[in-house]
Amino acid sequence: MTFVLCGVVSVSHYLVVGAVLFTCGVVCMALKRNALGVLMGIELVLNGANINFVAFGSEYLAGDGRSVLGLDGEVMALFVILLAAAEAAVALAITLNFYNNHATVDVDRADDLHG
Amino acid sequence: MAAAQLLPILLGIAWLIPLASFVAILFFGTRMGAHGKGAATVATSAIGASLFLSLVALVAWTMAGHPVPSPHHDEGHASVMKTDAGQSSGSVQPVAFRSPGLSDAEGSHVSGHEEHVSSISYSGDWYTLYASRSLRLSIGWYIDSLTVLMFVVVTFIATCIHIYAAGYMHDELHDVTDSEVQLATGEPLHREGRFHRFFQALSLFCFSMLGIVIAGNLAMVFIFWELVGICSWFLIGFYFERHSASTAANKAFIVNRVGDFGMLIGLMALWGGLGTLHFGDSVNSATDQVEPGLFELVRPAENHHEQQVPDGLVVFAAADQIEKMAAGNPSRSELRREVAAAVPGWREQGYGRWLLFVAGLGIFCGCVGKSAQVPLFVWLPDAMEGPTPVSALVHSATMVAAGVYLVGRFFPVLTPDVLLVIAYTGGVTLFIAATIAITATDIKRVLAYSTVSQLGYMMLALGVGGWVAGLFHLITHAFFKSLLFLCSGSVIHACHTNDMRKMGGLLKVMPYTAWTMLIGCLAIIGAGVPFVLGFSGYYSKDAILAQALLFSRTNPQHSVLYVAVAGGAFITAFYMFRLWFMTFAGSPRDQHVFEHAHESPRVMTAPLVALAVFAVVAGWALPGGLGVESLLEQSRPAGTAEAITTAGILGNITLPAEHESHVGAIHVTATLTAFLTALAGVLLAAAMYLKPLVSPVAVAHAARPIYTFLVHRWYVDELYNVLFVLPTLGVARFISAIDTQVIDRLINSLAWTARQIASVDAWFDRVVVDGIVNVAGSVTWKAGLELKRVQTGNLRQYVMFIVVGTVAIFVLATLLFRTSFAG
Repeated sequence: MTFVLCGVVSVSHYLVVGAVLFTCGVVCMALKRNALGVLMGIELVLNGANINFVAFGSEYLAGDGRSVLGLDGEVMALFVILLAAAEAAVALAITLNFYNNHATVDVDRADDLHG
Repeated sequence: MAAAQLLPILLGIAWLIPLASFVAILFFGTRMGAHGKGAATVATSAIGASLFLSLVALVAWTMAGHPVPSPHHDEGHASVMKTDAGQSSGSVQPVAFRSPGLSDAEGSHVSGHEEHVSSISYSGDWYTLYASRSLRLSIGWYIDSLTVLMFVVVTFIATCIHIYAAGYMHDELHDVTDSEVQLATGEPLHREGRFHRFFQALSLFCFSMLGIVIAGNLAMVFIFWELVGICSWFLIGFYFERHSASTAANKAFIVNRVGDFGMLIGLMALWGGLGTLHFGDSVNSATDQVEPGLFELVRPAENHHEQQVPDGLVVFAAADQIEKMAAGNPSRSELRREVAAAVPGWREQGYGRWLLFVAGLGIFCGCVGKSAQVPLFVWLPDAMEGPTPVSALVHSATMVAAGVYLVGRFFPVLTPDVLLVIAYTGGVTLFIAATIAITATDIKRVLAYSTVSQLGYMMLALGVGGWVAGLFHLITHAFFKSLLFLCSGSVIHACHTNDMRKMGGLLKVMPYTAWTMLIGCLAIIGAGVPFVLGFSGYYSKDAILAQALLFSRTNPQHSVLYVAVAGGAFITAFYMFRLWFMTFAGSPRDQHVFEHAHESPRVMTAPLVALAVFAVVAGWALPGGLGVESLLEQSRPAGTAEAITTAGILGNITLPAEHESHVGAIHVTATLTAFLTALAGVLLAAAMYLKPLVSPVAVAHAARPIYTFLVHRWYVDELYNVLFVLPTLGVARFISAIDTQVIDRLINSLAWTARQIASVDAWFDRVVVDGIVNVAGSVTWKAGLELKRVQTGNLRQYVMFIVVGTVAIFVLATLLFRTSFAG
């Protein structure tokens, strides 16, 4: 078994990049107290996922000219970007309102929904 | 004949007008002026209209040219037995009056026989209630001079009483405080006035009584008989809040039911044997045939109206004989022929004689109750609890008259045996009641017992064959007894007490009442100048005495009846004048009562004067045969004018002919006896109560046991109490004990068991079923409480959970399903 980064650039490399991005995003979400930071983490997670989609949908993964997974990864990536934009709009609106009510964007202060 | 069509219409309307008044007051009574004041006007004008129609009917009767018998029956009259039967269903007017029955009957009867009899009657049906092969019930009429006279008497007296009552009952026009009723709080009862209700019941009473008088068959008589009973119950119990009044009303009603039970037996005997209850011949609307009535069946024309046991009763009684015949004889018509042939023989053997006896006795039983004869007379004195106008009506023209009237109406059917029973009942009654009246101190009770006594006279007269005498006395008595009662009402109205011991000297303050009452007293004792002129009672009482004397002459074994009549006349004179002297003469016994006494208003004295006039003249024989006596003579039942000797169940009885009592020695003896006994009674009363020659107290002391016996009214009430009331109460208590001790306990234990089972069930439900449900609920609740701590609301923590969870799932999945991932 060879080290994965030592071979030719293949799907695994893309997946590694996606995974790194995803992990960074999750960590960002989990550790940031600033709501905007959390939103940024979400973007990272989504983009990590996007890379995966694009990687699986790339041309040369389909050896016989047909998509291996049977779907177009780029289309899915576009949907995700769209969703991310919508989500960002709603989330920013929530954040703005939260700021209006609490004069802060610290998510630790937003615990009104505790049981 | 015009009278045949006219009379049923006139009397029928006169009969129905009080019903209309009753209905009007029933529905609109409270709206008739203030406190129903107008009800008196309505009822009075209704009965006044009836009086007018009755008078027209009387005129029509006399104008119709009915043969007027001479008072002494010297020459014979052709018998005219006319029976007109008309049937018109559903209409009061006899539309189609069938003449064949009339002309045939007239033709055959007039030529048939010569008798000292003239009996004219009209009968027919207005409406058939029910008709089957064996029974025909209808609303019909039977009109003869007795009917017409009774109509006039009843409506006249009722009119006077209505006018009088409008004054007497004025207390009821506003709210009444009845001091005789103590409420639980100790205060006297305060109630609304019931003026209109009084007149409502009075109208119904008149309607019922007129219904009995006009009735064409026994079933109709029975209906109105019961209606009279219920009306008396209403009126005697008018002050029903008073315990004594409601008890008296119930007593009158229950005692009358005892008599009516006998009447029902009589009705069943007649119907079972004869299949008809009609008095006269009537047309059956279904078959258009003239069916013979009771009178024709018992006294058939072809038998010269002589009484015989009807075929129906003979066949009814000879059922066992017929069964024997039928045993070997299949043909129906043959059997019928054979039975018909055997009937005269059976009649000779006495078959059916007992049935006729029982039928007559049963009907008489009803009359004993209504007319207050021994042993059912106890209700009448108690009926004094009603307002005085009611007493006057009950005692003169309606209730008690109904019994005597029915005996008179039913006379042709009564056998000599029944008549003997009637005579003895009357005799015993008149004696007992007269003796009780001697010691009574309540002014109304004296009059009540005198009524019972006079009714005894009437019954006795009918029983000894004095048909005219008895009914004549019924009519004259109606006038003077209503007069006496209204006078006593006037006295009570003035003194506010019934007790004669508190009265005295009232002649000065109440002249109208006193003098009219004196006329009443003279009339009831039969005062008069012998052989010249007298009060109405003089004629009727003499007729009774003469008939009783004649009867005891022809039947020496029954001469005790004459002694009762003569002795009764003496006692009557004594207690009536005792009453008058104690009330009006002498000096006042109670100064307080005397000072408050006053003459009654004119609305009350006017009827007194009107009645007083009739109490004087009712017995007079007017020229042209217009007297009551000769009018009654026109309707003497066919076949009763001759003396008849029969060997009856109760031995040989000779029923003397009534006209024989009018002649010679009998008449003179009777008149003198009546005069002397009455005179003796008046003198004795005067000696004891007017001039204190004999002290009543001393007499009472000297004859202590007798006095106590009479004060306690022969202990009859006590006897009935022991014989009937106490055993009934005992049985009732026993049954009630069974009810409470056995049945109630059984039910209670059942209920207790059910309760126990139910409580076990409830425990199971509470503990087990509810427990399971509650445990499930509380577990969920507690889990929720614990789990809610997970929800911290911290966003970053959630993210951490997601991440850690995802990783954990991934690791677990990798470990568990290594093969599938490892490829």
